[in-house]
Amino acid sequence: MADLSALYQEVILDHNRRPRNFAVLEDADHQSEGFNALCGDRVTVYLKLKGSVVDEISFQGSGCAISMASASIMTESLKGRTVEEVKALFERFHQLVTGNLDSEDHSEPDLGKLVVFEGVSRYPVRVKCATLTWHTLRAALEKRNEVVSTE
Amino acid sequence: MSFSTTARNHHPCVSEGLNPGRIRRDFPILSRKVHGKPLAYLDNAATSQKPQQVIDAVSRYYSRTNANIQRGVHLLSVQATDAYEATRERVRKFLNATRAEEIVFVRSTTEAVNLVAQTAGRSILGPGDEVIVSRMEHHSNIVPWQMLCQEKGARLRVIPVSGRGELLLDEYEKLLNPRTRIVAVTHVSNVLGTVNPVRKMVEMAHGHGALVLLDGAQAVPHLEVDVQELDCDFYCFSGHKIYGPTGIGILYGKWNHLESMPPYQGGGEMIRSVSFEKTTYNEPPHKFEGGTPNIAGGVALAAALDYLENLGLDRVAAYENELLEYATSRLSQVSGLRLIGTAPSKAAVLSFVLDEVHPHDMGTILDLEGVAIRTGHHCAQPLMDYYGLPATARASLAFYNTREEIDALCRGLEKVMEVFE
Ligand SMILES: Cc1ncc(COP(=O)(O)O)c(C=O)c1O
Repeated sequence: MADLSALYQEVILDHNRRPRNFAVLEDADHQSEGFNALCGDRVTVYLKLKGSVVDEISFQGSGCAISMASASIMTESLKGRTVEEVKALFERFHQLVTGNLDSEDHSEPDLGKLVVFEGVSRYPVRVKCATLTWHTLRAALEKRNEVVSTE
Repeated sequence: MSFSTTARNHHPCVSEGLNPGRIRRDFPILSRKVHGKPLAYLDNAATSQKPQQVIDAVSRYYSRTNANIQRGVHLLSVQATDAYEATRERVRKFLNATRAEEIVFVRSTTEAVNLVAQTAGRSILGPGDEVIVSRMEHHSNIVPWQMLCQEKGARLRVIPVSGRGELLLDEYEKLLNPRTRIVAVTHVSNVLGTVNPVRKMVEMAHGHGALVLLDGAQAVPHLEVDVQELDCDFYCFSGHKIYGPTGIGILYGKWNHLESMPPYQGGGEMIRSVSFEKTTYNEPPHKFEGGTPNIAGGVALAAALDYLENLGLDRVAAYENELLEYATSRLSQVSGLRLIGTAPSKAAVLSFVLDEVHPHDMGTILDLEGVAIRTGHHCAQPLMDYYGLPATARASLAFYNTREEIDALCRGLEKVMEVFE
């Protein structure tokens, strides 16, 4: 039987209870809104770049524990990263939550704390919850202003 | 609760009430396990499970009768046509329509609403006219009207709901006016379970010369419906929510409307004669049934209605009401749980939210316990907006559900609390 605690890890529950960087960034130079029609999750990601480095990042929104924790941990993981690194990290994160990560591949960037989402790969319907905020971030970086949908 | 064990004749029920233990054996899927736990299927408003009698009807049709209908001279075609047309009569009786020709086969409730919007709606609606829907409609009884109103320069108006989940009839009265052409409301809400006073609402609409379409998708599995008594102009439902197959649905329309309405999709079967200069259309209901239909689905729908009527809708309703009361009282004891939809007149649908726990998380944890519920906006976003909720969890019951399954739901919710304490 699938194990609940593999999905709802303590770190995830903690970030769901007390999301970090949960604020509107007034002087954001990039921002985008994401919407998961399946469960009504909504998230807005705010971003300020200094050159090509993430200087400030925050989010606001409401949704399930997986989507809120994913947004919170994402913002923590990306501060100080270059846009290229952010994209590479999303790639690896996506592989992680879809169960496609090659465990032998130790190339950079390291997923760090993001590995707590590994359990999501056993729950295919929850992958969208984990990736909504990342898709939204990517749209913000590409300065696409439409609402992102994971449907 | 006690069940007598002496069955009357061959009926699967007993004189007092339904015997769920016995009924459950008719539904093979209910003995399945999920994630190693017995399945508690509480997502009946999304789609119901099918009794063996319905499964057999599909299989029997394809094993013995399959042929195209209405136009063959050979025996199989005649038998397939007879079986399909017998379903029309079966549905007529089920809804107490005046004549079988008032029963139009469609794919689903969704298609039924679109059909009426695109035929009757399109011909009677002009700029400045009004269509009334309610705040608690399923998207399938909103969007077709919205599309039509946009096309025609007409106005879509909305009956508000109360906090308990009842339509505000005073407000409805105020919305009705000589520009009102169509009123489209749900008989039973798929989110709240509210049984709306549709008979009265039809009468009020008719007082202003408006046509009324009732969405019966969530009503027919739970209550006896008599379209003559309701006096509605159109009534629709889906086979799959009433223990029949997917891909078959019913539109009832009063004969005089069906006769004067333009056809729906063009094609075979809906015509009388075709030339490049002029095509004449078939009579209702065939005028609305272009192309080869879901014959097996139709035949199996008849088997589903037989099954349900053999149980007795009054007994089904009595049993489900008792189960609803039990579930309501059990869920009310779960701390931090709030029921959404507490109208006095309700079908067995329970929407709820928990403080601090998103419905989607509840859904995943309950699933691991074998409890299948629905979470999300239930295709009723305007209603969710009214309650200020992105989503709810919803347990929707059928006559084969048991108190033990409600208990499993409550145990699962305790698990949810443990995880999210
Ligand atoms: C009240 C109501 N109307 C309409 C529908 C649409 O039914 P279908 O998807 O079978 O067309 C549903 C199904 O969820 C419903 O609950």
